[in-house]
Amino acid sequence: MTAAVAIAEQKKKKERDAWSDLLASLSETRSKVDFSRLYEHFAPRVKAYIIRFGMPVAAAEELTQESMLAVWRKAHLYTRSKASASTWIFTLARNQCIDRLRREKAVEYELPEEEIDPDQRHYGEHAVLEERMSGAIAKLPEAQAQVLYLSYYEGKSHSEISEQLGIPLGSVKSRLRLAFSKLKAHWGEEE
Amino acid sequence: MKISHHLDDATLMARAAGALSDGMTLLVDSHLHWCKTCQTKAWEAECIGGELLSDIQPQAMSEGSLDSILGMLDGSEEVVAERAVKVKGSAEVPEPLAQIVGSDLDAIEWKRLGPGVQHYDFNFPGEGACRLLRIQPGVSVPHHTHKGNELTMILRGSYSDDVGRFCQGDVADLDEEIKHQPIVDTGSECICLIATEAPLKFTGIMGRLAQPFIGL
Ligand SMILES: [Zn+2]
Repeated sequence: MTAAVAIAEQKKKKERDAWSDLLASLSETRSKVDFSRLYEHFAPRVKAYIIRFGMPVAAAEELTQESMLAVWRKAHLYTRSKASASTWIFTLARNQCIDRLRREKAVEYELPEEEIDPDQRHYGEHAVLEERMSGAIAKLPEAQAQVLYLSYYEGKSHSEISEQLGIPLGSVKSRLRLAFSKLKAHWGEEE
Repeated sequence: MKISHHLDDATLMARAAGALSDGMTLLVDSHLHWCKTCQTKAWEAECIGGELLSDIQPQAMSEGSLDSILGMLDGSEEVVAERAVKVKGSAEVPEPLAQIVGSDLDAIEWKRLGPGVQHYDFNFPGEGACRLLRIQPGVSVPHHTHKGNELTMILRGSYSDDVGRFCQGDVADLDEEIKHQPIVDTGSECICLIATEAPLKFTGIMGRLAQPFIGL
């Protein structure tokens, strides 16, 4: 790793830690100033994610507001040692998208809100591991990065990805598995 | 509970990405409720999502959106008491599933599907199927293939197929390349939750006869 890359990654880690610390303190401070800072950083990212998920821009804006409101309301459920702010906010935004799609399908039933008791949920040993992943995604081979993006950014099912790329379903899954194990291997190194 | 067959990593990634059908989400969440191994991986898969979120090219919010949300903060505090009381799971029904069918498998309104087979259909809207199957000993589900993924989770009893033997808590996570014919392999009935991305296709003459009838 070149010195420049190392410095860039170090800087990224610091930023990430700062956001996570700020979010972790939010349930105590209930500071609107802190919330505004989190909002300025995360809302445009959440909006970009929701648009890629296939929502029209107007709906994306609204869902972003709902997601960020959930950040404020559920801040007490965030545990600093268990996930970065980014991961936690990602899951809130994702759930907003899923709920919206479900409502659009005009459903009479309701799936239980996915919210495993944060204390009982089994997380990885160190949330620190996740900090090592950022560079790793950029280093994935094109074919693996592509299925990762289609899945996470666009919420496409394996079958949809298989159709879109014209490759067998099994290949979609094996590419995802390879990407997963590479990212995990990357977490493990540089201990 | 000793679980020996787990969810595919690719399925956990789809779960993290919000890319699963409702039925498959229910099944995955049910397995996660019982399986620490998969919980850890599910968490790792969510971290990938978090990483992608921080790397994404931001899209500016429209003007005034910060002011408008600041105006909504007061009074939006979560009222815990308002939350619906959760139905507790049981030894045979993981909590996410219990929210929908209750915690007693024998109290479900089973419908006859064919000789030795009963089912309960969740009738989730959208693509794919999700149902509970209750299969008598020795009965085999017709040979079938499927377009897309198929997940099966055992709640009671066990079954075997070309892939192996599946007991309570185990998940068979298969894709379309696998042709299989599960058979209940003990003297007691087997109840499983099954979710697919797309309708099942039965193969062979028996399959063609059984399909309109089973309608999976
Ligand atoms: Zn498992």
